Amino acid sequence: MFRDAALVAGKDLRVEWRSRVGAQQVLPFALVVLVIFAFALDANHNLLQTAAAGLYWVAVLFAGVLTVQRSFALEAADGLRDGLRLSGLDPAGIFLGKAAAVAGQLAVLEIFLAGGIAVLYSASLHGVVLLVLSAVLATIGLAAAGTVYGIVAAGLGVRETLLPLLLLPVVAPVLLAAGKVWEITLQSGPGAWGWMRILVIFAVVYLAAGVLAFGPLLEES
Amino acid sequence: MRRLLGIGSALGLTLTAILGLFITPPDRVMGTLVRLLYVHPSVAWVAYLAFGVTALACICYLWPRTRAPFWDRLAVSSAEIGVVFCALTLATGSIWGRPTWGVWWAWDARLTTTALLLALFIGYLALRRVTVDPGARARRSAVAGLVAFADVPIVHMSVVWWNTLHQPATVLRPSLASPTVSGSMAWTLLLSFVSFTLLYGWLLMHRYQNSVLESRLEDEGMEIALAERWAEAVPSGAGR
Amino acid sequence: MAEAVLLRNVVALAGRFPVLAGADLTVAPGQVVLLRGANGAGKTSLLRLCAGLLPVASGQAVVLGEDLGLDRRGARRRVGLLGHATGLYDDLSVRDNVRFSVRAGGGSAREADAALALVGLTGRLADTAASRLSAGQRRRTALASVVARRPELWLLDEPYAGLDADARALLDGLVTAAVEGGASVIIASHEAGQVEELAQRTVTVAGGRTTESVLVP
Repeated sequence: MFRDAALVAGKDLRVEWRSRVGAQQVLPFALVVLVIFAFALDANHNLLQTAAAGLYWVAVLFAGVLTVQRSFALEAADGLRDGLRLSGLDPAGIFLGKAAAVAGQLAVLEIFLAGGIAVLYSASLHGVVLLVLSAVLATIGLAAAGTVYGIVAAGLGVRETLLPLLLLPVVAPVLLAAGKVWEITLQSGPGAWGWMRILVIFAVVYLAAGVLAFGPLLEES
Repeated sequence: MRRLLGIGSALGLTLTAILGLFITPPDRVMGTLVRLLYVHPSVAWVAYLAFGVTALACICYLWPRTRAPFWDRLAVSSAEIGVVFCALTLATGSIWGRPTWGVWWAWDARLTTTALLLALFIGYLALRRVTVDPGARARRSAVAGLVAFADVPIVHMSVVWWNTLHQPATVLRPSLASPTVSGSMAWTLLLSFVSFTLLYGWLLMHRYQNSVLESRLEDEGMEIALAERWAEAVPSGAGR
Repeated sequence: MAEAVLLRNVVALAGRFPVLAGADLTVAPGQVVLLRGANGAGKTSLLRLCAGLLPVASGQAVVLGEDLGLDRRGARRRVGLLGHATGLYDDLSVRDNVRFSVRAGGGSAREADAALALVGLTGRLADTAASRLSAGQRRRTALASVVARRPELWLLDEPYAGLDADARALLDGLVTAAVEGGASVIIASHEAGQVEELAQRTVTVAGGRTTESVLVP
């Protein structure tokens, strides 16, 4: 299973490297989202600084949906899903590989976005350990849930609109918990570890769901 | 059975309405508004019940030993009713909240979880509508339904840590004669719970029946499609 | 092992449409069977069913000893499907595509490169992105992936489409070699000529069903 996962993750990342869609389209999009928030909040300096954590995670979420869409667009072309099914790869491995590739791309994005809020919203990024740890957990959860819903919506012509509808309500707790951790950490407040628990549970639940359900769902799509 | 449920719920609801609107006293603090008490919690209860039934049906469908179309039809029927009642819950809650708290909406634990629950199941129904093949639809939505439902405790857990404005549960107390809900109000509340549950059962049976008829329609369509397919063979065989 | 492929009254659905409406097919090990039929008759569906990609709605389907009604995935590793779609990742090079496909099936990168050499995709061509290839070259790439797997059952769907004379000869050579190695082959093709030389039987597909097989001497 893990060997197959590594193979699939490698393939997905190699495609991303060659096509550079993530770097040239998704990242700028996410940064633009940050800018648009500033417009919406009337560039109110204090407000932006206070809300920086929450806005950051909303931007990550939107970028995450796009990244998952892209991950499944790879196999949307004729014959590629058949190829995956015929390949002999363990479906659980395919799931982990795809989720890992999404997580990897999101991680890079998040680093850039963190720089974005530091610059655009004057957020001071201390407490790096907590920030990174929560981001890692949240990213794993987002990638896992996204990949599960990606395969649920794959093969349906309406994937572009259905996937956000399915995914965003589901990952709301991640947004909430990660946003809280970042908010608390950026303001140097207490109580961040409780929210971390939610991130862990979410990640575990959706990794398990994906490993179990990806095989049957791949056959259906 | 269905007729019994129908009559039972109609009777129960009428009685609840009469009791609720006219006979029971207005609350000291909330006044006449308290009469929503006989609608809102029951409707919320039915919504949660309906989604619970859907989740259970999804599990039973996916479990190899109990797999049968019955569970798939039950899942979608219950989900549709659940969505309606969930929307009603939010609406009645909003109506109650406006005069009481001064806002149409508040971001407390219960409201937010319910709103997300509604979104999750609208997504479930959207997924079903888009998938055409009945077998694939059943399997795909069973998994999606379960995965969505697994999210509910997580959502609840995370949201409950916010400040909550929502009233603590008033009925689930040891004695019915407690200061918050007492006497005739308590009995009316109980009656409304029962009546709405009966209504749920009645609606569920009707919707399930619809499902069965839909599948029958699909099967007959299949017979016709097979015949047409065979007919294609005739001209091409003749001309070789 | 008895037959390589045994289909009896198989019905297969795509949505609600019965693409196969009671098909029968028997293929012995080492046999080459030609599928004939008009467009839309069900040839592609028949091949896909044998690959385990199409669920069996009713009837009996046994491929390479695996009952497809029980588990569609059973025979997949031992089957090689060359279909209409070439199944290539546009952004990846020829070499990357074939390597991924081969390693997914448990092979090594070296086997992949050997297969590429076999189909004549070497040098600079092997490092070209799949999107820049001609249709014929894409076919060859897909063929390389199939060859490297050494399948026991070859399923070829219009394999000659888009291939020039050299490539056709190459394909014939590879198929012949595979048959000599004991593999069975089912080819769906409109074109006469080369295929007839290889095939020992012809099965006509019409309206989702199969009819008379004619022995080609």
